[in-house]
Amino acid sequence: MNSLEDKAEKLLQTLPSQRQHLILFLHLVQQELGFIPEEVLPLAARHFSVSPSEIFGVVTFYSAFRLKPGCQHEIVVCQGTACHVRGAEAIMDEFSRLLGVKPSEENLQKGIWLKSVNCLGCCAIGPVVVVDGQYQAKVNIKDVEKIAEKLIGKNEVK
Amino acid sequence: MSPVRFKSIKEVEEYQTSLQLLSDSRRLVSISAASCGRASGALQIASALEKSLKEYGLTDKVILKLTGCHGFCQFEPNVIIFPERFFYPNLRPEQIPQIVEETLLKGKMIPELAFKDRADKKIYLTVDELPFYRKQVRWLLDAHLDLDPTSLDDYLHHDGFKALTLVLTGAIPEEIINLISASGLRGRGGAGFSTGVKWRLARQASADQKYLICNGDEGDPGAYMDRGLLESNPFSVLEGMIIGGYAIGAEKGFVYIRQEYPLAIERMEQAIDQLRAAGFIGKNILGSGFSFDLELVRGAGAFVSGEETALIASIEGRRAFPRQRPPFPVVRGLWDKPTVINNVETWANIPLIIRQGPGWFSRVGTEQSKGTKIFSLVGQVRYTGLVEVPLGITLGEVIYGVGGGLKEGKKIKAVQTGGPSGGCLPASLLNLPVDYESLNQAGSIMGSGGMIVMDEGTCLVDLTLYFLNFASQESCGQCAPCRVGTRQMVRILKKISSGEGELSDLDRLEKLGWTMQKGSLCGLGRTAANPVLSALRYFREEFEAHIVAKECPAMVCKKLIAYEIDPEKCSACELCVKACPYGAIESKTDKIPVINQELCTRCGVCFSTCPPRFSAIRKVSRKSLRQNQNRKSGGN
Repeated sequence: MNSLEDKAEKLLQTLPSQRQHLILFLHLVQQELGFIPEEVLPLAARHFSVSPSEIFGVVTFYSAFRLKPGCQHEIVVCQGTACHVRGAEAIMDEFSRLLGVKPSEENLQKGIWLKSVNCLGCCAIGPVVVVDGQYQAKVNIKDVEKIAEKLIGKNEVK
Repeated sequence: MSPVRFKSIKEVEEYQTSLQLLSDSRRLVSISAASCGRASGALQIASALEKSLKEYGLTDKVILKLTGCHGFCQFEPNVIIFPERFFYPNLRPEQIPQIVEETLLKGKMIPELAFKDRADKKIYLTVDELPFYRKQVRWLLDAHLDLDPTSLDDYLHHDGFKALTLVLTGAIPEEIINLISASGLRGRGGAGFSTGVKWRLARQASADQKYLICNGDEGDPGAYMDRGLLESNPFSVLEGMIIGGYAIGAEKGFVYIRQEYPLAIERMEQAIDQLRAAGFIGKNILGSGFSFDLELVRGAGAFVSGEETALIASIEGRRAFPRQRPPFPVVRGLWDKPTVINNVETWANIPLIIRQGPGWFSRVGTEQSKGTKIFSLVGQVRYTGLVEVPLGITLGEVIYGVGGGLKEGKKIKAVQTGGPSGGCLPASLLNLPVDYESLNQAGSIMGSGGMIVMDEGTCLVDLTLYFLNFASQESCGQCAPCRVGTRQMVRILKKISSGEGELSDLDRLEKLGWTMQKGSLCGLGRTAANPVLSALRYFREEFEAHIVAKECPAMVCKKLIAYEIDPEKCSACELCVKACPYGAIESKTDKIPVINQELCTRCGVCFSTCPPRFSAIRKVSRKSLRQNQNRKSGGN
């Protein structure tokens, strides 16, 4: 028996079978496994009594869920309006150049996901960048290099 | 956590009296520790304080409290020291021992570390003197200065649940609804529908089950009022919901929070658990016979979930697709039952109205818009943060009175309200009163309360392109006017921004906007064109400049600008040569370096690297650069 499926089954057992708990279930799976393996979809379909395609529809509709394993590092560059007018786009470009990773691309080889988000609601201290869960305020172009060096080592930065 | 489980209203009142009697004469240091504060180092300040208090032997004599958001977000991390309400902005851990010695031990404020207003050069020692705070009416936000958002006891100490006990002491539901109607409270989520009317419709609907929802899916980029409330005072929102449940006859409420707000989710979870343990939710609340329960639902990253019918679909575990209205949720909502959906800030206003009375509430505001409204004042304004002002105040009073005007040497160009559903208003409308109707007439909306101030360095073509990009990504794709319309608008705006637009494109944008307004299924699509339409109404020349003169007057659109080194100002320090990521700046030994326009990507790194004392790198329009070069090569 696949251990991914075991884990998912165990999570399902903790939830009632009404469909309203589906999104919570997906959050829990992703929290535990880092992503939502496709094998889990039929299990969820059986538990919540809906078709697997419906589950697939929900997973792909919401931007919080992913069907592939994630990367070791996650850099989130806020592209909210307040960050945008303070140069968030240039910050994104600079990260992309220094790390050699395309914006929004999950680069599994390098283990880096350079991600944009529409607004984190920290608008007074923008531009905001979240590196592996750590919020950083008022980031400028020069900070980007420091962050990149810390993340992948000085020699790897372009 | 409150140690008691309350079984009657009397027990709550007695407990509250005992809390008042315990009143503590110790000094209180309140550390602003919502998301912005934490991102700026609030927790490091807290541990530095703890360490320093220990060293001075003050641990038992001073209370440290991690509160929610103090609102002056730009000056995080900051602390307020009570009872004087001394304000220390922008703290660093190494400054803490000095503060402990001078202020906590000797009771003196350190003027050097106090807030210095860069406009009038004055030093302000206390929160109450600061112009930023003084000009607000902080009915909801004031508690954030000294309330521990994780402590039910502290909420009870701040008059918490007095409104609920009043309601449960024999008020009949219709009376509550009359009270809310009389206050004139309107939905704070944007559309401004009367809360009293909404509740009455839900009360009158006959059904075996009714629901309440708190809409905390605050998706507008540039807005964070609801995050502030949820992180700083979750109990007030929940108290409002319990009262709402009693008024309309619902037994279950859902709090929906977007997943991008992890701290708000944590706070809300804690608060709900505490309420259940203390008997404020559950069966037979305080022996009144009224039962009501609350559940937290975490969003999953979709802007459209903020639309009420989409939000209902999301709670039901489906894709967040909006549906046709009517029937409105008050008639057919969650699981087809009558449902009242109100925004976070609306719920937070309810206990206040019950406690103070509708007359007290409605004395502030305009004829049709009563009470206060929280805005997130951000952008190029001198003081950014969460501000609460009376409705009917003018845009100018918010920006200049509270926000201190624009930063040094900057001139206001536009104010954006209402996020991607709102519009850009020009500086000539600074006298416009901030209320639902006035903003609508001017082509924008109140929205949930984002207010972004922009200076001459913002390009309206670039900004509208930004908003339309956002709308097209977030469109759920169900209906063609929104799905195709936003995409076409992005395409046209990109053309204009790169200098390839035609004048007929402007008419095309307006026509598209009209179609989207009339034909879209939900509010997202119907309002998605607002940024474009309002920009065309007030800033048409700027679009025309991109099209006809092929110039971006604000020097933002990359395809239309170039960077140039001013030989008069350059001192050949060559910092820019080293900084340029693309090797586009050629070093000429002992001479002024030159930017190779072929290699330059206009990333702007050189512009921000050049030391301000030189400011030798300037932006010029690409066209004039070409003309200059032609002239030079012609002369040779």
